[in-house]
Amino acid sequence: MGSVATFLSARRGRARLDLSDWLAYLYLVLGVVIMFGPVLWLASSSLKTQAALQEFPPSILPSGQKLVKVEGHEAPLPLFELKRQDGTTVERALVRRIGIQGQFVDPAAPSAAIERAPIAQATPVREMRAAFENYTVPLQTLRFGRYFTNSLFVTIMATLITLIINSMCAFALSKYQFRGRNAIFIFIISTLMIPISVILVPAFLVVTSLGLSNSLWGVILPPAATPTGVFLLRQYMLTIPDELIDAARMDGASEWRVYWRIILPLTAPALAVLTIFSIMWRWNDFLWPLIVLNREEVFTLQIGLSSFQGELNTQWHYLLAMTVLTLIPVVAVFGFLQRYVTAGIASTGIK
Amino acid sequence: MNEAASNKTRSAAPAADRSGAFRSGSLFERVYAALMNLLEWPFAALQKRTGITGMAYAFALPNLLVFGVFVALPMVLNIGYAVTGSNEMMLGQRPFVGLDNFRTLLDCGNYLSANSCAQDRFWRAVHNTALFVVVQVTAMIVLSMLTALILNGKIRGRGFFRSVFFFPVLLSPVVVALIWKWILQQDGVLNAIILGAGGTKVPFLLDPGWAFFWVIFVSIWAHMGFYTLILLAGLQAIPGDLYEAATMDGTSKMRAFWRITLPLLTPNLLVVLVLALIRAVQAFDEIYVLTGGGPGTATQFIVQYIYETAFASNVHILGLAAAASILIGIVLLALTLLQLRLSYHGKS
Repeated sequence: MGSVATFLSARRGRARLDLSDWLAYLYLVLGVVIMFGPVLWLASSSLKTQAALQEFPPSILPSGQKLVKVEGHEAPLPLFELKRQDGTTVERALVRRIGIQGQFVDPAAPSAAIERAPIAQATPVREMRAAFENYTVPLQTLRFGRYFTNSLFVTIMATLITLIINSMCAFALSKYQFRGRNAIFIFIISTLMIPISVILVPAFLVVTSLGLSNSLWGVILPPAATPTGVFLLRQYMLTIPDELIDAARMDGASEWRVYWRIILPLTAPALAVLTIFSIMWRWNDFLWPLIVLNREEVFTLQIGLSSFQGELNTQWHYLLAMTVLTLIPVVAVFGFLQRYVTAGIASTGIK
Repeated sequence: MNEAASNKTRSAAPAADRSGAFRSGSLFERVYAALMNLLEWPFAALQKRTGITGMAYAFALPNLLVFGVFVALPMVLNIGYAVTGSNEMMLGQRPFVGLDNFRTLLDCGNYLSANSCAQDRFWRAVHNTALFVVVQVTAMIVLSMLTALILNGKIRGRGFFRSVFFFPVLLSPVVVALIWKWILQQDGVLNAIILGAGGTKVPFLLDPGWAFFWVIFVSIWAHMGFYTLILLAGLQAIPGDLYEAATMDGTSKMRAFWRITLPLLTPNLLVVLVLALIRAVQAFDEIYVLTGGGPGTATQFIVQYIYETAFASNVHILGLAAAASILIGIVLLALTLLQLRLSYHGKS
C-alpha cells in the first residue's frame, strides 16, 4: 500500500499532493469501483454454476463444492472435510444424508465401511471452478448461436449499406450545385434527433406492407439512411479541395470514378468514425428489432436476451454468460479503435 | 471549434495520410477496386444522359429513397393515424375522427393528478418522465462536469480513468439492465454487502421509490461517460495561458473556475444539456428491461406508453399511440432546433 501511495503522490513540479489532489484520486478510485465493478461482477458470476449462483452471500470468484467420482456411485459425490471425534480431520465424500446425520465414504477406499457422523462436523471442500458450460450450452441448444449470427448479419449488412448510401449522398451534398440541395440538407439535419420512437406506428406499417416484418432486412433497412452519417461525411468532404476533382475530370474520370477513387479514400477518417458508430448502434439496437421481429428464429442477441430474462424461471447462469457474450464485440471494437471513437464524439457531439 | 481547425490542417496534409485502409495494393483496396469497377459502366452510361450536375441526383437518390420510405413517409402517415380511430391496421380502413385522439389524451380534470385523466396511464408516464428528466439531467450534468474537471487536472493514468468512465456508453441497454438487475435483486451482491455491514435486505426493484432511484442511477451510469467526454474536449480547448495569467495576477482557483472555465465552457455545457434532455425525454430501453415499468407503473415512461399502447396490449390503439408520439415529437423537434442553434452559435 505504501509503495502505491508514493507512486501516486510522486509528481512533476510539486513534491507533495495537497488535499484537493487526494480528493480527486479518491473520487477516481470510487469511480473505478462503481463503473467497472459491476462488469467484473457480471464476468465472475457468468462462470459460476447454477448451484453457486444460488448461494447467499455470494462468493467473489467462481467456485463451488468439489465433487469426486467414487466407485460404486453413479453421480459424483460432494467432498467434505470431516472432523472426527478423536480430533483428526479427513476428506470424505457424502453418500447420503438423513436428518442431521451424514453417511460418508472414503473416496480413496470406496469399499471400506461407511462412516456416520453429524453433518455439522463436516465442512464442504471448495475449489475454483469456471463453469464454461454456461457459455457452450445456450449457444448449442438454446438458439443463442442463431441469435448471434443474426446480430452479426444485421450489424455487417447495415453498416455496409449505411456507409455506401450515406457517403454517396454526402458527396452529392458537398461537391455539387443543384436545385433542392439546401432543402434536402436541412430536412435531413432536422431529423437528427428524431428517434424511431416518434414514428414507431407508421414505420411498422410501412415495413409490414413491404413484407419485411419478421425479416432481418426489416431491421437493417429503415435506420440505414442515418442523418448523423450524412452530416458527418458532408462536413468532412467539404474540406477536400475541389481542384482535385477538377483535375480528375480533366483526365477524363467519370463522376463515379471521382467518388470512389478520390473522395472515399480522402474521407477515410470520417468513414472510420461512422463505421464504429454504426457497429455500435446496430449491435446494441433494441426498440426497433423488438417491434419488427416476433418469431424466435429471427431474434437478434438483444431481443433474445430480453425475452430469455422475461421467462418465468430466469436461468441466470445462462443469462449472465450470454450477456457477457453480447458485450464482448463492442468492447473489443472500442479497445482497438478507441482513438477514433473518442475523437469522433468530441468533434461531433453525436453518439 | 479547435476540432474544425485541426480538420483543416489534416485536409492540407498529403492524401496518403488520410487514406488508411485504401492504401493501394492492400487486400481491402483490391477487393474494393474490383467491386467499384463493376459499377463503372452503369454510372458512366447514366452520366452520358444526365451530364455532370445531373449525377448529383443519382448519388443522392439511394439515401433519399431509404430516408423517404422509412422516415419521411412514416412522419406523414403518423398524422394520418393520429386523426383516425378504430383498431384497423390499414390506414384506408380507419374512420376519420379529427382531433379526438388528442382530446382523449389531454382530457384531464387536473393535470397534476393522473387519476383524474381519461388516459391515466399516459399521464402517469408523463409525470414519471418529467420527474426523471429533471432529476436525471441535473445529476448527470453535475457529475460529468465534476468528472471532466478532475480528469482535466494533472492526473496520473488519465487515459485509463477516462476509459473507465466512458466504456459503459458502449454497452447495449439490455446488457446494462441485466448487469444491474443481477446486482440489485433480492439475493444480489448489494444486499449481501448491506447484510454484511449489519443492515437488512432492501427490495430495491420492488419498492416504487427505490426502483425510481435505481432507474435514474443506472441511466446516469450508462450515459455519463459520453457527456464527460464532450465536456473534457471543451476544457482542453481552453488556452492554458489564460490560467497562467490569472495565477500571476493572484487569482484564486475558485475565482478562476467561475471567471474563466465556466464562461468559456458555456457552449459545450448548453450542447450537453440539450442532448441530455433529448435523451431523457425518450428514456425507454434500459428501464423497460430493468423494471418493466414497475413496480406497478412507478417507472413507466412515455415511450413505453407508446410502445405498449400500439404493440404490446391486446387491443392495438394505434391512434392514441400516434397522437402521443406526435406530442413527444414536437418536444424533441423544439429541443433539436435549440441544439442546432446553440452549436451554430457556439461555432461562429
